[in-house]
Amino acid sequence: MNLFIEQTLNGLQLGFTLLMVSAGLTLIFGIMNIINLAHGSLFMVGAFVAADVGGRTGNYLLALLAGIAGAAVAGLIVELGLIRRLYHRDHLYQVLATFALVLIANQAVQMIWGLTPRSVSAPAFLDRTVPVLPGLPYPAYRLAITAVGIAVIVFLHLLVERTRVGMWIRAGRTHRELLGAFGVNVRLLYTLVFAVGAGLAGLAGVVAAPFLSVESGIGDHFLILSFVVIVVGGIGSLKGALYGSLMLGLADTWARTYLPDLFGQFVDPSTAATAGASVASASIYLVMVVVLVVKPNGLFGLADE
Amino acid sequence: MGGTTNLRRTRSWWLWRAVAIVATFGILAAACGDDDEDAAPAETAEAAPEAAPEPEPAEEPEAAPEPEPAEEPEAAPEPEPAEEPEAAPEPEPAEEPEVVGGEVKVGMITTLSTGAAYLGEGIRDAFILAFELDGRYELDLIVEDDGRDPAFAQQLADRMLTRDEVDVMTGIVFSNVAGAVVPQVVNAGTIYISPNAAPSPFAGAQCHENYFVASWQNDNQSEAMGVYVASQGYDSVIALAPNYQAGHDLVAGFKRFFGEVDEEIYTELGATDYAQAIAQIREANPEAVYFFYPGGMGIAFVQQYIASGLEIPIFGPMSSFDEVIVDAIGDVSLGLFNSSFWAPDMDNEANRVFVEAYREKYGTTPTAYAAQGYDAALLLISALDANGGSASDTAGMREALKAADFDSVRGKFRFNTNNHPIQDWYLLEVIRDPVHGDLTNTIVATILEDHEDAYASDCPLTG
Repeated sequence: MNLFIEQTLNGLQLGFTLLMVSAGLTLIFGIMNIINLAHGSLFMVGAFVAADVGGRTGNYLLALLAGIAGAAVAGLIVELGLIRRLYHRDHLYQVLATFALVLIANQAVQMIWGLTPRSVSAPAFLDRTVPVLPGLPYPAYRLAITAVGIAVIVFLHLLVERTRVGMWIRAGRTHRELLGAFGVNVRLLYTLVFAVGAGLAGLAGVVAAPFLSVESGIGDHFLILSFVVIVVGGIGSLKGALYGSLMLGLADTWARTYLPDLFGQFVDPSTAATAGASVASASIYLVMVVVLVVKPNGLFGLADE
Repeated sequence: MGGTTNLRRTRSWWLWRAVAIVATFGILAAACGDDDEDAAPAETAEAAPEAAPEPEPAEEPEAAPEPEPAEEPEAAPEPEPAEEPEAAPEPEPAEEPEVVGGEVKVGMITTLSTGAAYLGEGIRDAFILAFELDGRYELDLIVEDDGRDPAFAQQLADRMLTRDEVDVMTGIVFSNVAGAVVPQVVNAGTIYISPNAAPSPFAGAQCHENYFVASWQNDNQSEAMGVYVASQGYDSVIALAPNYQAGHDLVAGFKRFFGEVDEEIYTELGATDYAQAIAQIREANPEAVYFFYPGGMGIAFVQQYIASGLEIPIFGPMSSFDEVIVDAIGDVSLGLFNSSFWAPDMDNEANRVFVEAYREKYGTTPTAYAAQGYDAALLLISALDANGGSASDTAGMREALKAADFDSVRGKFRFNTNNHPIQDWYLLEVIRDPVHGDLTNTIVATILEDHEDAYASDCPLTG
């Protein structure tokens, strides 16, 4: 039972980390209609800036703010310098251009920070375990990530559903020409949305950094998972990103835990461990296939709203 | 209105395309490691008999066009260099003012990205350093990053073999990459010197006369630790490793000398989050944990393990405790034990020269990977010396490599029949370097002497 609870907490924490990446991705893809493969690079920029600032100052809060700001600024530069020119182009141009950015970013990070992985220390007050249940200590930092994830989704929900900017964002999704006719600066709005998305990716990079090794290309793994999340959740839907993230986070963690045991019923333990791990790593894609067969637009895709 | 409809159609079209791309990525990622290893055996098995007759016809035509043999006194005794190659003409190559020298073209496919980038970096830097310190050969080194991707590495190898026409290849860090590339290289008649990965299939039935390992056979890394952990009285152990050839080899090596483990946990190669595996350890509550996580994986695993509050002792091979990993983990790694064939403070002349020169040039303490890269270069240089400075005579190179006549930084080094080293294995402890202040490893005991790998008897090659 303790194993199940701990794995569920792990799954939720993975899910909320994914949510921070995919919320930005879904806003950018769904609202601006831009496929941004460089979103994972913004995650990496956040983590590296935080590792650098954290390493120099030893202050986690400063590292956090610097990481978010660094990613948001990088996002602004990318939007103004590149993405802005691609709004009216075919998606293929966007894929090619942003994929180039991924390669450039990975190399640039290696040139600036070298090939040796870096690490970020968690803030002292979270660098301990708390007893979730008797006999089940759990890292306080991982619980804090879950809390940050919840705060992010609440913030985004209020921003999109309750504010005037949010109204524009929702309107921009389907009626961008009309929105411009009403005097809203759509370009500026897009730039802001892109920067917010980039900042969120940076935030995810910073909060994940203390238990990762910060290395060139760390965002790429999260990028692929996040695309799966928004496809499962429905493109452009924050609600979809939330449910998709949690579903995949839990599916991935549970599959890795229980599939080797399940396989162990049929074959010898060594083979079961190998085969179980292999199948488990494909589990999220199986979830995606099932969801798309049942709901081709994703759980909360446009056609269903 | 028309615009909106159009937009929607585009969107769902791209949605499906994205799904297809993502799914392809996923399936490839899940499957590629195994595929490549499956592909390897067939190639080697077919080509092995072909390679045998090759050397004999090659010898004669090559000897003639070469300019050097005429001048050198060594040209005559060449057919049997194994007997007494050094006797009279070159007692100490380093002392002679005008010695053998020449150009050697080396193709190095190694890992210079991902969390294991510093592994390839150490191998590359030390390899270059060895040639610089030697100073006699002009090293034409072509370095490419494989990104830990076997299929991409095969393309690189193809280019190096056909376009660049390299004399010798080396560099591969990961066993899944080696599994794909090594058969391609050795079957093309090119010599491959491994500075790291040595997967079990290539030590046994699929060994090859062109394949030399300057590091260790994968299983060896864990075997010494199996002996040590058993000797400490631990009965129940969980073993963790990435799910690829070397992970399986290292767990097998550990079990060979420790006995059965309670559970084996395999995680994705390159995984960053180990919370799920750590929860399984907590649930099983073993007496000790054995883990093999090289590079960034090691940093991530140990950090998360410590943060989880688990206090079960952890052990691993040197790949889980190299200088970069223990430095990133910090003081909590002090006093932890691992096993290796080498440590930076190893007491012999070759090692003192290496460690000092490496520190001076690159500013850090070398890792074991750097030591392996350095030894791979020394091995190559020794073979070039024995062949009049030219790598063009493959049969001669093979024979000279097999003799392993070089001063290894690990002290004793000789090849087994399968071209894998026979060497000593030590127990290492993580300490703070008294001089330089960084975290490093020191030898505390010898665990296995003149240790060979478990597969040599399956290898058809002879001494």
